[in-house]
Amino acid sequence: MNNLIFKSKKNTTSEETVIFVKNVSKNYGDIEAVKNISFSVKQSRTLGLLGSNGAGKTTVIMMLMGILKSSLGEINILNKDIYKFRNSISKEINFASPFVELPHKLTVLQNLTVFGHLYGVKNLSIKIEKLSVDLDIKDLLKRKVGKLSAGQKTRVSIAKSLINDPKILFLDEPTASLDPDHADWIRSYLEQYQNKTSSTFILASHNMPEVERMCDDVIMMGKGKIIDYGTPKDLIKRYSRKDLEGVFLQLARNDKV
Amino acid sequence: MILFIRRIYAMILRHIYLFMVSWPRVLELIYWPFLNMVLWAFMSKFLSQSSNVFLLASGVLIASVIMWDTLFRGQLGVTLSFIEELWSRNLGNIAVSPLKPIELIFSLIVASFLRTMIGVGGAGIAAYFLFDFQIPSYGLGFILFFINLLVMGWALGLAICALLIRFGLSAETFAWAALFFIQPLCGVFYPISILPEWLQPISLLIPATYIFEGMRLTFFDGIFNINLLFKACFINLLYIFIGINLLLYSYSYAKKKGLLLGNGE
Repeated sequence: MNNLIFKSKKNTTSEETVIFVKNVSKNYGDIEAVKNISFSVKQSRTLGLLGSNGAGKTTVIMMLMGILKSSLGEINILNKDIYKFRNSISKEINFASPFVELPHKLTVLQNLTVFGHLYGVKNLSIKIEKLSVDLDIKDLLKRKVGKLSAGQKTRVSIAKSLINDPKILFLDEPTASLDPDHADWIRSYLEQYQNKTSSTFILASHNMPEVERMCDDVIMMGKGKIIDYGTPKDLIKRYSRKDLEGVFLQLARNDKV
Repeated sequence: MILFIRRIYAMILRHIYLFMVSWPRVLELIYWPFLNMVLWAFMSKFLSQSSNVFLLASGVLIASVIMWDTLFRGQLGVTLSFIEELWSRNLGNIAVSPLKPIELIFSLIVASFLRTMIGVGGAGIAAYFLFDFQIPSYGLGFILFFINLLVMGWALGLAICALLIRFGLSAETFAWAALFFIQPLCGVFYPISILPEWLQPISLLIPATYIFEGMRLTFFDGIFNINLLFKACFINLLYIFIGINLLLYSYSYAKKKGLLLGNGE
């Protein structure tokens, strides 16, 4: 087991491990999608999962959320086995991805109401009001999700993912298909949110500047394995590159990720 | 509100919202049962002019159509409610949420009940006003017939949802076609004695067979046969148990194969 324990650069006092992954593998028949990975993440950190398409990032995220069963190994989320206690854990986590959409025919308000009830949110209307102000979607509440632009949809998806004040937020390419301005807005919002709430983020992304900016630590994945890990700065230094993209390209060209 | 009830309520609310913002869906619910009923009501009127059988029991065809639609809409109500999640690529969000698979099943059943009440209820009311159709005096018995048809529809609907989880939207055809495979066997419009002998044992495995037989007996002979109802109930209990477990198994299979996040169009 690699003893990957990611600590925060942020000024938080908590050292509580919120994600613990030990010797986890995932096989689909003969195909090994994830091979014996281990790591842990402490509260209020952002861990980036990097790798080419098919490297196993989404598989890892799905296992951490408990919607994909690992073939081997142990996954504890908030100190509980994700598969035994998925129901109670799922109230404390949430997820945003542009590839998993909200019902298009429903309005933004209707979607947030449905998910608020699903997560058992108290004072739901106050919560929706607050999120809609924070994420600047107040004017969109009565519009159907299907009629929104990509940037608006992303903000709504983020609102849905924060409806239950998650302790752990899983973000699968949250700014994919957004223009630089909207993407920057989303990143800034998420950073502010994390600073306020000490929540933990797991971010899968192909956007290297985004990972460099948002992540305290990075796991580089390739062919289902952890190829390398560390803080973005450490990795850049270790590979003598000027940025994380350079590191990624070097590993990709050596057929590692 | 107790949390599991609130989660089921959330999923039902999702479908109510969908109908509130999408009038073609509401129209579709009412349109087909109504059209079917009108068509068969005229057919019944025509046949009653030349056949003593239909003169004696003029409402039997309308009742057959309404009861068939109850079964069909019950099944479709479950499968379409589930397919909506696949069409909208929302299954991942639901899977990540605290909603348990069994709660999803309950929400599909309640959504189906509401859909059926709107569609078939509308057709029944229209039949009463347009064609003076009345359910025979065995009102409670008929309600139990309807409940049995609904339960059979739910059982089949859940089994189709299991296929949808396993195979995605490529299994959508089953949602529309599966019940029509059963239709000739369960004697919707004729007694199963009409069927070839080798087919009759198969039709006895279908709960709806007993319901339609019981319905005809009531119309033609004025008898409510409780044994037929019990037989339907017994088989239905077995089938709904199988339907629920098939969906739970399929959901668990999807968790092993990673189908919950990527399932969609």
